[in-house]
Amino acid sequence: MPSILIKNGRVIDPSSNTDTVADVLIEDGRISGVAPGLSRAGAETIDAGGMIVAPGFIDMHVHLREPGFEHAETIESGSRAAAAGGFTSICCMPNTKPVNDCATVTSYIVERARKYAVVNVFPIGAITKGSAGEELSAIGTMKAFGAVAISDDGQPVTNSRVMRRAMEFARSYDIPVIDHCEDPSLSAGGDMNEGPHAVRWGLRGIPAVSEDVMVARDLLLAQVTGARCHIAHISTRNAMAMMAHARRQGLAVSCEASPHHFSLSEDDMAAYDSSYKMKPPLRSACDVTAIVDGIASGVVDAIATDHAPHAGSEKMQEFERCPFGIIGLETAIGLALDGLVATGKISLNRMVALFTTGPERVMRLGKGTLAPGADGDVTIFSADAPWTYDVNQSFSRSRNSPFHGRGFRGGPTATIVAGQVVWRRS
Amino acid sequence: MPAGLLGIEGLERAEIEALLARAKDFQSVQHQPLKRSDALRGKMIVNLFYEASTRTRTSFEIAAKRLGADAVSITASGSSVTKGESLVDTLNTLGAMRPSAIVMRHSASGAPHFLAKHLPTPIINAGDGTHEHPTQALLDARTILDRRGTLEGLRVAIIGDIAHSRVARSDVHLLSKFGVDIVLCGPASLLPPELADLAPGVTLTTSITEAIRNADVIMMLRVQLERQHEAAFPAGEYFRFYGLRLEHMDLAKPEAIVMHPGPINRGRELSSEVADSQSSVILNQVENGVAVRMAVLEKVVG
Repeated sequence: MPSILIKNGRVIDPSSNTDTVADVLIEDGRISGVAPGLSRAGAETIDAGGMIVAPGFIDMHVHLREPGFEHAETIESGSRAAAAGGFTSICCMPNTKPVNDCATVTSYIVERARKYAVVNVFPIGAITKGSAGEELSAIGTMKAFGAVAISDDGQPVTNSRVMRRAMEFARSYDIPVIDHCEDPSLSAGGDMNEGPHAVRWGLRGIPAVSEDVMVARDLLLAQVTGARCHIAHISTRNAMAMMAHARRQGLAVSCEASPHHFSLSEDDMAAYDSSYKMKPPLRSACDVTAIVDGIASGVVDAIATDHAPHAGSEKMQEFERCPFGIIGLETAIGLALDGLVATGKISLNRMVALFTTGPERVMRLGKGTLAPGADGDVTIFSADAPWTYDVNQSFSRSRNSPFHGRGFRGGPTATIVAGQVVWRRS
Repeated sequence: MPAGLLGIEGLERAEIEALLARAKDFQSVQHQPLKRSDALRGKMIVNLFYEASTRTRTSFEIAAKRLGADAVSITASGSSVTKGESLVDTLNTLGAMRPSAIVMRHSASGAPHFLAKHLPTPIINAGDGTHEHPTQALLDARTILDRRGTLEGLRVAIIGDIAHSRVARSDVHLLSKFGVDIVLCGPASLLPPELADLAPGVTLTTSITEAIRNADVIMMLRVQLERQHEAAFPAGEYFRFYGLRLEHMDLAKPEAIVMHPGPINRGRELSSEVADSQSSVILNQVENGVAVRMAVLEKVVG
């Protein structure tokens, strides 16, 4: 395997508090050195002058749709979209068909990923069989076969007793529980945030309180069980306040924010445009401010895209019939730079941490660092080069993005996985 | 986007005035022995109804025929809808037959707006979900004007299931453009507070007496059982608190009129005495429906 020498970049590695102009050398698929003036005969050299060189970015929340929904995405196509978005590791949710609720499906995903994925793929197992919310999955066995967390993402566990038991087992097996917080009895039938636009457009609302009551329940269950509970795609100001409170109490809880939830509010929606339909929905401007503040104050651990591909025909329907979700891998860095760094809310170092050490602390993948001997996963990005997102050029099989045609200042330029360049901006 | 009629919200006041004036012309046509003109001869209007409707569909059909257009009505049952065809495909298929316009009713809010982006045929919204019902608002305005001569300065109470009412939304948008003082009234579960920001001049109340006090116009809405996805109010007591009875009329202005988009449920939204009283203009509304829809068809297709 040829060596790679990344020259003259600004190396930001929050795992070692590094922020300096240096070279990064990758040999035999591993980081072998970070220092100025490195050289290695025969190494492929990448000039990263003016760029940021960081540990490979982790997206702990994606949907790859394989097995079962390959018309919308595959492990291969999703992994290519991840690479083009600067991600070297992704964690895929279990709502496939069949649901990833047993070692057989977990192994299938691991095996397909080994053959076809261009980035590291880590499966997340279901909390309950079929994500039906009743009977617990074989959590420990799935972990033994490669599952890194459990979640019934999109099919929240409504039975509090089942959730409590799941957390108890998760604690025993030392695996995080990723929690899509939604009380379906409050949100059922809703298509967008409950608020002025839903009322104006005659669409049924998904109230913020449908998220809040579940965040409250599960933070309390996390306190009772001691489980590592991770709140996915946090989107409301009350949820953020509860999360901050749980943090202050020293609970082993964490949370992620999605780029669309810190970049867009319901006010940005185009009426009946399904590219803006996702769960949780785009919330009020007040909620967006709370999410940004939570990111800035350190309550939020990670940025995760909730990349949710849907085939064009599924999104070309009456708004209320369209499925929830947008693709997000390729726009995440651009949105973080625009909405968080350029606005002065967080430093570039903090942004890198939200994509590396933050998700690593939650998921424990053994990633997110440029320490010598670490896996040779590197993300190179520009913090200021202008580019425009053309969703029709996306590596994803789906096109459901509200950011098509949006101009960005700064975004990924090259992605290296285990010492191989898997994507470069052309 | 072809020029159809998707809603009232996006219309200018002058456009509404022009339609209402033209509808007045068509009112007199209806009283002539020969009611048919050939203004739209050779034009084809497709009425595509994905939701049950008797009066609106019939009204559009009659309006089209009185203008000399051909009209075809399709209801969702017995069409390709039941064979799993998507809405876009159905509309493209119909569009390929080159109708002059498609009049569409659909249970999904925004369905005609979504289609208008993908279809060259003008679409006339005959009611989309809980969003808008523009021709109903026009016929309501025409009916008020017939009685009161002006909209400006009136106080209009709209009472009932506001949350699920496309009629209320279209009426609010229309009346607001004419400086009407609009009071929306219903139980809190059917009266989301954000309604106050729908348009200028809107206030909300949960008290029917407060809503009716000094009203010039009282619009009662149908209780939309088919759009209630949960128990939005306690069983059996709706009429007691939100039904319109004769004694309420003493609170309103002496010349106040009572309206209802129909079909009415006697004893549910309003008492029989009110429905049959001199104040009731419910049948005038139905009559004006044809005139208003003639004006709309003429504008869109003519």
